[in-house]
Order: sequence, then C-alpha cells, then structure tokens
Amino acid sequence: MRVLALRPADADEAAEASELLLTGGTLRPASSGRRPARTRASLGSSAFKWLLRLFGICYVGLLVGVPVGSVVWRALSPGLASAVDAVTSSAGLHALWLTLEVTALAVACNTVFGLGVALILARRRFPGASVLEALIDLPLSLSPVVVGLALLLFWSSTQGWARLVVVRLGFEVLFSFPGIVLASAFISLPYVVREVLPVLVEIGTEQEQAAHTLGAGSFYTFGRITLPSIRWGLAYGVVLTAARVLGEFGAVSVVSGDVVGRTQTLTLYVNSLFQNYDYPGAYAGALLLALISLCLLGLLSLSRRRRAVT
Amino acid sequence: MSIEVLGISKRFGSSVAVDDVTFSVPTGSLTALLGPSGGGKSTVLRIIAGLEVPDTGSVWIDDEDVTNQPARARGIGFCFQHYAPFRHMTVYENVAFGLRVRRRPKAEVDARVRELLSLVRLDGFAGRYPSQLSGGQRQRMALARALAVQPKVLLLDEPFGALDAQVRKELRLWLRELHDTMHVTTVLVTHDQEEAMEVADEIAVIRDGHLEQSGSPAECYDKPATPFVLTFLGPATRLDGDWVRPHDLEVRREALPGSRRAVVERVTRLGFEVRLDLALDDGSTTWAQLARRDADALALSPGDTVHIEHVASTVS
Repeated sequence: MRVLALRPADADEAAEASELLLTGGTLRPASSGRRPARTRASLGSSAFKWLLRLFGICYVGLLVGVPVGSVVWRALSPGLASAVDAVTSSAGLHALWLTLEVTALAVACNTVFGLGVALILARRRFPGASVLEALIDLPLSLSPVVVGLALLLFWSSTQGWARLVVVRLGFEVLFSFPGIVLASAFISLPYVVREVLPVLVEIGTEQEQAAHTLGAGSFYTFGRITLPSIRWGLAYGVVLTAARVLGEFGAVSVVSGDVVGRTQTLTLYVNSLFQNYDYPGAYAGALLLALISLCLLGLLSLSRRRRAVT
Repeated sequence: MSIEVLGISKRFGSSVAVDDVTFSVPTGSLTALLGPSGGGKSTVLRIIAGLEVPDTGSVWIDDEDVTNQPARARGIGFCFQHYAPFRHMTVYENVAFGLRVRRRPKAEVDARVRELLSLVRLDGFAGRYPSQLSGGQRQRMALARALAVQPKVLLLDEPFGALDAQVRKELRLWLRELHDTMHVTTVLVTHDQEEAMEVADEIAVIRDGHLEQSGSPAECYDKPATPFVLTFLGPATRLDGDWVRPHDLEVRREALPGSRRAVVERVTRLGFEVRLDLALDDGSTTWAQLARRDADALALSPGDTVHIEHVASTVS
C-alpha cells in the first residue's frame, strides 16, 4: 500500500483512502481520477450491510409485526360490526373510560413531578442527588406485581398514617380508582424525568440568566424560556408515560381487585374476556388497545425527531 | 452611571476566584477587565451583574448599593461569550424580549426593535432564528437585545472570544464606535490585551483573583505596576536583568557610549515589524523589535555584530 503525502487538495482522496482502509480495500493511484472507488471488498461490504438490514427487519417483523398482525386479523375476521359490538359492551366502555381517566391523571401527576425533579437535579448538585436519581429509576427495574403487592400491604396496614387517610378521611385507596392511579403513576414515574433531565443539562442555564438580566422573573423565565426549550423532550416523556400507563397490567390487577364495571381497566378487561373464553371479544379489545398505542406511537415519532434540536 | 466595586471576594468551594478587588468605572467610559483565562475577571463581572453573590464587599451602581439586589432589578445589560440566544425565538422576538417583560405597548416595542436592528445592521434578519445567523451576527443580536431596555450599564463577558480573528477585529472597532455614539457605561471582560488596549478608556488587570493595576491603557503600558502587567500588556524581554520593551531597544552598527555589543542570531520578518534575536557577550539572549524601514536600512543578517541601547525608562 502506497502512502500519499497529503496536500490540501488531497482531502477528498484522504477521506476516500481511510474509507477503503476500513473496508480492507487497496489504495489506487491518484491518477485514476475522482470516481468512487469500487473494489471487490467495498462491493462485498455493501452486500453485508443489506444483509444486516434484512436481518433487522425480519427480527422486528417476527417478534412484533406477526403477532400484532394476527391479532388485527383475528379481531376483524368475524367482521367489523361484531368487533365494535364486543368492545362497546357496557363493561368494555367502562373499562375504556376508566383507562383514559387513569392515564390522564397519572400523566398529569408525573409530568408536574417529573419537571420539578428534573429542574432540581439539573440545576445544582446537592448531597443525595444520586440517591434520588436511583430511586426514580427504581420503577423501571421493579416488577409491576411487586409494586402492586407493596401498595396492597401499605394501604391495608392497620396502623400508621395509611390507616389515618383511609379510616379518618374515609378515602378509599385499595380496590378503587385512587389505588389504580397510584399504581399507574408509580410504574410510569421515570419517563418524564429521564427525557427532560438531559435536555435541561444540555441547554444549560445561560438563556435563563440572560432572561434574568433583561428583567424577567422566575415564573416568566420558566414559561417563556425554559419550557419552550424543553418542549419536545417533555412531549416525548409525556407520551412515553401515557403509553406505559395504558399498557399496565400487573400492578393494577393486584391493586384494583379487577371488579368488572368498577375497577377494571382496558387491559384487565381484555384479560378477563380471554379467561372467560370470549376470544373474539378479547381480540377486539386487544385491537382497540393496539390502535390507541398506534396513535401514541405517531406522537412519539413526531416528538422524537425534534427533541434533540433545541 | 458609574460603577464602584469595593473589596469583593468570592470563593467556589475551596478555590478563591476573587480576592479583595476594588476599582471604579467612571460614567460613560468603556473599561476593560483584562487578564489571563481563569483569573477571576468573569466572576467579577458576574458579581457586578448580580448573577453571582460576593462573599464579602459591595457593588454600587449609580451611587446605589445594589449588592443585595437580584440581577433583574439592577438595570444592566449583559452579553455572554456564547451569546445565550433564545433559540426558539426569532431575532425580532429576542430583541423585543426585555421590552415585552416590561409590558411596553406594541407600537413602542416595534419601533425600538426596528431602531436597534438597524443600529446593529441586522435589518433584514428580523424573522430569522439564531441558528440561521453567523457568530458575529448572533453577538450583534445579543447586543441589540441588551441595549433594548436602555440599561444603565452594559456588561460584556468576552463577547468576541468565540469568533475568528477577522470578525473579532471588525466587531471590536464597531463596538467602540457604538460606544462613542451611545455613551453607555460599559465593562468588557477580555483576555486579549490587544483588544483591551485598542478599545478601552480604562483597563483593570486581574490575575488569580487580584487586581494588579488599573488605569488608562497608556499608563498601564508605560508605567506597569508589576512585572506581570509589563509582560502581559505588551512584548517584553530582559536586558541585564531588567525588563525592557523590545521596541525600546535601539540597534546600530556602530558602537556608542552606553551601548552593548550583541550578535544577531536570527532575523524574522513579521510583515510591518522585524524581530531580531540577539545574543549578548555574557551569553544571555534578548530580542529587539524594529520597523521594517529601520531594519532594511541596517541590512542585517545572522552573525552580524550590532550595538544595542535601551532608550526609555524601565521597570525592574
């Protein structure tokens, strides 16, 4: 392999040379002109790239595409009308409505909390910050069933302030709406923080300082400067949270008691249909869940592309 | 709108950033805080701005003690080294920000923004976003933004540090012209002594948190208070253990009373100037700076013997 002495005009050729080196090609003399070099090795590498892409697509297709596709097929094969019927039963509608309410509330709580925590963690390092970060990531690694059990144990205890809330204030937590919201909020805790925190750290505080020197107070600065700067990261985190809450099964099934028409979310509803051998109904319910997820996915990809740009 | 800084100190953790610094900035002047990077001058500026709180000492703007006032109450304009543009807002909205915070009527805001954009020569850029501007344009926008609210003082933190040499030179001249038109008391932080000398009415040299000297550029250059100021502000070399300015060394072919013998080691042509590296009899080396005309008249080459004499006052 010949080594060329580099002159500024040779920059293109130098780039070409390093590309060839990486793919195991040979260096052609400069006199061969500026055609892209096509050696046997580089052709081989492009075939390899295509093979990899094909493998990737097949993997995702088999793992995700085929099962979801078959659910859609099964749900619609008895006809669209019967699928709609199965989902719009009173239990089904209640499950849908409950799920949407829980999602809205859990997302709202975690958005506010997530923003607050991200701001605290991004601004100044304080003792215990890393502990807080670890705690926030806990719901990711903890099994949802464990979460449900933990809540069950805590709120059914006969002493302590849990009892205070339940007995004195008459506020039912277990086997009712608040419990479901609590469980849902717990398991979807990290997403907003994890999406917003790196964006906040990357932007830094200079824009906010500039706003302060121009006379803006803290709230004005937050609303006009901070929030718009992180809006796409925040949107992404919010949609992730919603998707997670929507699909939650384990924790909610333990905490809610799975009472039809009262504490049964959409996922629990689909499961109960399945357990009772109502397969068409189960598939229809699953299709509905998949459709909602698809919408969220659309929102996700919209904000994913924009969130790195501030 | 004068500024008085009295005995301010600031530590960050265990390191001392600013140590008992006192100086004043006369109304309407352009003062440069000059010094090497990490020397504390940015910290001093930020303390004046209210972005940092000093551990001790006080800051007075316009004869008012503002030490405990937050940045937004001090009526200052601040420009950052990396411009700190509001990236999600257009140039127009950036410049209008301060006025909108103060709830000025729309017509007034519009007139003022247009006036300022014209002043900083960004007339056609009102609808653009900062990401579509060059570095120099962004800094001009930042200046317009800071000036929009008619600040009492203008504080610039290495405003041209992130720009390339040519743009830096143009902008610093433009800043001087702007200052001559608007007469806003300005404090400029820089590590570039050429910039400070060219632009400022007063210089305060700060190193390692200490104020080494403050005065006019000529004063600091001709009568440096410490060896650091001497070597930092301009070229310096040693002759017989004394610090001298290379351009104060007169070089001649013939010997005269008071001159020292030296051998030319190297002749370097630097455009207008010529640098002569010289070796003295006692083995020490020094260098002299000549105008091209003078150097050509002597027609020197390495190995020639010359006689040098120092022709100005020195600082030991």
